[in-house]
Amino acid sequence: MIDIRPAALIAALILSPLVALAAPAPEPMRFTSQSIEMPTSDRIFPDGPGAEAVNNNCLACHSAGMVLTQPKLTKAQWTETVNKMLHVYKAPVDQADVQTIVDYLTALKPTP
Amino acid sequence: MRHLHEPFNRRLVLGGLGLGSLAAAMPAWAAGSVKLPLPGGPDERALTTAFPGKGEMILQRTHPPLLETPFSVFDEGVFTPNDRFYVRWHWASIPTEVDAGTFRLKVHGHVEKELSLSLDAIAGLPRFEIAAVNQCSGNSRGLFEPRVPGAQWANGSMGNARWTGVRLKDVLAKAGVKAGAVQVRFNGLDAPVVDEAPDFKKSLDLDHANNGEVMIAYAMNGEQLPLLNGFPLRLVVPGWYSTYWIKMLSDIEVLDKPDEQYWMKTAYRIPDVPGANIKPGQTGFKTVPINRMVPRSFVTNLQDGATVAAGTPVAIRGIAFGGDCGVKTVEFSGDGGATWFPAQLGADEGPYSFRRFDGSLPALAAGTHTVRVRCTNANGVAQPMDRVWNGAGFMQNGIETVSLQAA
Repeated sequence: MIDIRPAALIAALILSPLVALAAPAPEPMRFTSQSIEMPTSDRIFPDGPGAEAVNNNCLACHSAGMVLTQPKLTKAQWTETVNKMLHVYKAPVDQADVQTIVDYLTALKPTP
Repeated sequence: MRHLHEPFNRRLVLGGLGLGSLAAAMPAWAAGSVKLPLPGGPDERALTTAFPGKGEMILQRTHPPLLETPFSVFDEGVFTPNDRFYVRWHWASIPTEVDAGTFRLKVHGHVEKELSLSLDAIAGLPRFEIAAVNQCSGNSRGLFEPRVPGAQWANGSMGNARWTGVRLKDVLAKAGVKAGAVQVRFNGLDAPVVDEAPDFKKSLDLDHANNGEVMIAYAMNGEQLPLLNGFPLRLVVPGWYSTYWIKMLSDIEVLDKPDEQYWMKTAYRIPDVPGANIKPGQTGFKTVPINRMVPRSFVTNLQDGATVAAGTPVAIRGIAFGGDCGVKTVEFSGDGGATWFPAQLGADEGPYSFRRFDGSLPALAAGTHTVRVRCTNANGVAQPMDRVWNGAGFMQNGIETVSLQAA
């Protein structure tokens, strides 16, 4: 018959967490599903010739801030950017609007 | 899975015509604004706390989000808190809901066995942890002169975190890479709004992918990733620019020929010259995909234009990183770079981490002084004295300058 003394049993129970601490097995990572609401932008382009074409064609893929934070760029630079949007990023821009959009962007006066 | 689409709202547009640009510049949910030192402007940006999981951030673009870390955060410690870590997305269709139970990471292509791994299965693989700086290729683009198009970041599209997860090589070994594989391509859950547009994917050479440092992170700074930083999984490529650190990583494809798609062959290319540094208008250089980071250092306790006491030493502190290796030295100068003093380096958190530095600038006479700070990395590469320039606004690492008024 094995004589288990209560004191030893209690000691073992108390000590066992310490043994675990001595050789810690990392807690497995637990993941919590995420669901967020993104803020939206109602910013539009400043009024001016062609503003409607820019508002109609550009805002589905990016907010106006992307454009209105750009430094003063040349017509060649804006043409290159608009062409990238059309031909690489496949923006569904009406061909009749392309020149209007380039002209509007070229005329932007970044402030301040 | 729910995706964020922000359908164009014609009523808003028509209703808003005639608003001045400044009135329309700040969203209703903005919480103040900040001026960034962007030459020639526009230099005003909204500050916002409206993005889930994020504290106060500089709003560069709402949709898809570009959020910059306010520079004062870098003075608070070498690890960037998750809720202040910068955010950058390419495409506007971003899942706003990710179910941890049903999410699967697919591994396929030139492998013996395709895998579809749950998050728990990934968390059951041997754990790996590394401190590493994540820096946008275009960090500091807004400070280029002449200016170049693109996201107009100041210096805050970077952050440093302790990443926890699994080694990519362990996941690839589980799938069994077949002989003849050359690259590994990574894709995340985000997608273009227009189907025919090129989905954002990046590739690494197989040897790099298997180097035991490239990893799949499920935690940053001890917590699961904020959704805006790529929950549930993000590729971590220590020492390389963030373009490779695919967020919401869901697809790993082993390739038996080099990746020729747009995001490797056309976008994110740099001039194949030292430091990617060319002259405006220069032509006739080859280009290569952007790759290893270069050393940088920043004063974090003194702002440009600050006033300090004349006649007493000036405490200088900041952060440095070596890029693709550790920091060897950080030096500072109070006379524009003629005389340099060594800074004391803080705790070493590993070769890819930010490292704190401290120094004391000898007493300054009354007047204007130009403080400069320079990092030399463990490979002996030092920051260049002059600013870097290239047409894409990539890889800025010129020595930073802080102007002080001693009075």
